[in-house]
Amino acid sequence: MADLLLIARLAGRRIAFPAAEVEAVVELEGVTPAPRAAPHVAGLSALRSRVLTVIDGLAALEAGRSGRAGRDAIVILSGGHTYALMVEEVEDVIEAGAPPHPLNAPLGAGWDRVAIGTVEAEGELYLLVDPHALIAGPAARAA
Amino acid sequence: MDELINDFIAETRDMAQALSGAIVAWEAHPGDRERLDEIFRFVHTVKGNCGFFDLPRLELLSHAAEGALAEVRAGSRAADPALVSAVLGVIDRIGELVQALESGESLASEDDAPLIAALAKDVPAAEQPLAPAAPDPESRKSVRSIRLSVDLLDRMMNGVSDAVLARNELARRLRDAPRDVAVEAAFERVSACIAEIRDSITRTRMQRIDSLFAGLPRLVRDLSAELGKQVRLETDGGDVELDREMIEMIRDPLTHIVRNAIDHGIEAPDERAAAGKPKAGMLKVSARQAGNQILIEVADDGRGIDGEALVRKARAAGLVSAEQAEKLTPAQKTALVFAPGLSTAGEVTAISGRGVGMDVVRANIERIGGVVDVDSRAALGVRLAIRVPLTLTIIPALTVSVNGQCFAIPRSAIDEILRVGGGAVRVDAVGEAEIATVRGRRVPLIGLAELLGVDSHVARDQQKLILLKPAGGDAFALLVDSVHDHEELVVKPAAPAVMAAGLYAGTTLADDGRPILLLDPSGLAKCAGIRFEEDGNCLDLAAEADKAEAARRETNLLLFRGLDGRRRAVPVAVVERIEDVAAEAVGFSAGRLRAAVGERILPLAGCDAAPTEGKLRILRLTDGSAEIAYGFAEVVDIRSLEVELQPAPAPGEVAGVFLVDGAQIELLDPYWLFAAHAGAACAEDWNPPVCALPVGDPWIDTILRPLIESLGYRIAAAGDAADVVIALEDEDAPADAQVVRLRAAATGESGIYRYDRAALIGALTSARERANG
Repeated sequence: MADLLLIARLAGRRIAFPAAEVEAVVELEGVTPAPRAAPHVAGLSALRSRVLTVIDGLAALEAGRSGRAGRDAIVILSGGHTYALMVEEVEDVIEAGAPPHPLNAPLGAGWDRVAIGTVEAEGELYLLVDPHALIAGPAARAA
Repeated sequence: MDELINDFIAETRDMAQALSGAIVAWEAHPGDRERLDEIFRFVHTVKGNCGFFDLPRLELLSHAAEGALAEVRAGSRAADPALVSAVLGVIDRIGELVQALESGESLASEDDAPLIAALAKDVPAAEQPLAPAAPDPESRKSVRSIRLSVDLLDRMMNGVSDAVLARNELARRLRDAPRDVAVEAAFERVSACIAEIRDSITRTRMQRIDSLFAGLPRLVRDLSAELGKQVRLETDGGDVELDREMIEMIRDPLTHIVRNAIDHGIEAPDERAAAGKPKAGMLKVSARQAGNQILIEVADDGRGIDGEALVRKARAAGLVSAEQAEKLTPAQKTALVFAPGLSTAGEVTAISGRGVGMDVVRANIERIGGVVDVDSRAALGVRLAIRVPLTLTIIPALTVSVNGQCFAIPRSAIDEILRVGGGAVRVDAVGEAEIATVRGRRVPLIGLAELLGVDSHVARDQQKLILLKPAGGDAFALLVDSVHDHEELVVKPAAPAVMAAGLYAGTTLADDGRPILLLDPSGLAKCAGIRFEEDGNCLDLAAEADKAEAARRETNLLLFRGLDGRRRAVPVAVVERIEDVAAEAVGFSAGRLRAAVGERILPLAGCDAAPTEGKLRILRLTDGSAEIAYGFAEVVDIRSLEVELQPAPAPGEVAGVFLVDGAQIELLDPYWLFAAHAGAACAEDWNPPVCALPVGDPWIDTILRPLIESLGYRIAAAGDAADVVIALEDEDAPADAQVVRLRAAATGESGIYRYDRAALIGALTSARERANG
């Protein structure tokens, strides 16, 4: 069976996440700020009794900050913690047409760090993004 | 102990069950290394455990089997069928014995000797004992316990938390809806059920601390054997119950502490005997419940922690300044053991002491809301106390808010809650900082809003002040907009990106399902720049702020009592440091009084004659390049003062006199001191005179050399040009050198009697003058 991809819009681009990494898609209602946390942390939210650390996808790319309004977020389990990754919109889940290709061109600072490669699905080419790299944020690059 | 035995039985039974497959496989393929290792581990573990429980039969059996299997593993023996069945016989017997232990009946009285003999090499197959008959199923004691994975427990716990939140949500809806008695009654029933389930699931998470102590005897035995020490371990309070997860969190720190105690604390048997202690060191590990905390103590009767050594290391590592080090209390010195990167071990050992250790221990304990205290008595031992909350997951906390956002503070850290506008608190702005005075106690004040970088919308006199005493630190006051409620909160660790702020201890959910951040009091203090460990002085901020303000019109003065008993003062700015020098290091040489300090000789002022014995305290005064020593009796105080000086009639050591608290204080005149003492002397101060000594004479090396060095000479390395050469009477000396000859006999003609100190010093001084002249 071909891999499933979750197609979302982030920083104005359509990107793909490996659907196997995604636990759920939620609409965030109210985010509690976490002052002085890492800059790409938008705050905290709750999914039933679990605390979600909300990651601002734009800030993780160092491409500005998302607004506060009710946004789609992708719930991802990473390193024992549950995160909600804010994107502009979650569009669809589709089947990948072929295994991902490694990248052969630079994409720009923020994207290079999070990209796995390109993947083709339903006749279109998407950038396949590693959600864990997005969650790790800009600071991880230095390490 | 019963509990431990039960654990041992359960563990052995489980392992034996899991092993049955391996045994069968090994029987089929005696060459199977993996199976062999598995069986070896089993008998090895049984042996280790029953040594502790004093079960000689089991120990003999497992020891014999272990020995035979070790030979196979080492390749010196083939796993022939005879051996396989002999090992199987032993394992079956172990199973029987364990079962007998469990059901409480007397141990099967069969003789184990044939089984053990069968393990020996070259036993004829005929002599092998038959495998014992299958145990009677009736005798198996029914066990009313099962093993669960912690994962499953966590899922249950999460489910219950969800249920509680759903109940709260429902309760809110019900309050808004028109009243219906029947519905409310049903809701009450559901509520009660949920509360009960929550209770029992919380209890399933509790475990006796025995399981933590169970590994210690082995650890202690192995370590003490490795280090050649004798250690007696005593554990107490194993029936105290603690959250399972908490037990896992404490395991590593406790192991580390025990390792440290054995490695660094308890001395080798000879050393102990010499100190008049019993040869075997004593290590006591105890646990007890005190309120909603568990207190775990590890006490040894070893040499104690060398506070001075810690201070030296802390100085070398730049963690404390000389000034701070001077002011440390013994307890604070000992507490330096928790400072990062310090270890008292002279050298790194394999067991512990790489300098990453106690700081990590403390960090780990604090992460779970605990506290570590250390109490050390030189030569008597060390007592380390770990205090942790009963459970990791439920912490009593106070909820507060700033800027409309809720935060929680662990109640264990809270001393007192006060209103800023009330009469009990005075807040003073000192420089950039603020100090709160609560009933005469001055503590630094931290505004939570400023610290978090948010705005506060509440007028200052409506704000609340929370006195916090974080783990291992000193008190400070936290300013918040409002204080809400005491709550029992289910706390979970926060994501690393959030923890990176250094302010939080975890996250939790409020009753309405919104996340709340749990503040970490010591993290708050650190972020606000209050330093605790370095000098344990919570007035640090105050001192700095004081200085900023005082610098405008006041002079920071060191007040001290001179050797003549008079009270004097000197500007702190010219004091490099305060030091003790041995009386021998002070002498009348080259026409004046000098003190040898480290590698240098400093002109000594402030006293008329060299002390005859003991130590002399000196102030090392510096003008930036030259240094002089000033002898004094004791430090009185360091004060910032506005000096109204009554000048002295003539220039001299004392510039004038002024009043402090009604007492006359003489103010030293640094200009005169440096002009008089350092002006002529600095040239030679920078180059200590060099003295050559005869090589290879033990008397010279051990007795004379320290004296010469204490006089301020540098001992010449081979081939160095020397100002002065000391030679023995029968020795050749370079003709062009200034030579001082020593003789061993009290009477004689050539040279100086070697114990005639005055003559020796005099000869050295004049020889040097001749060399320089």
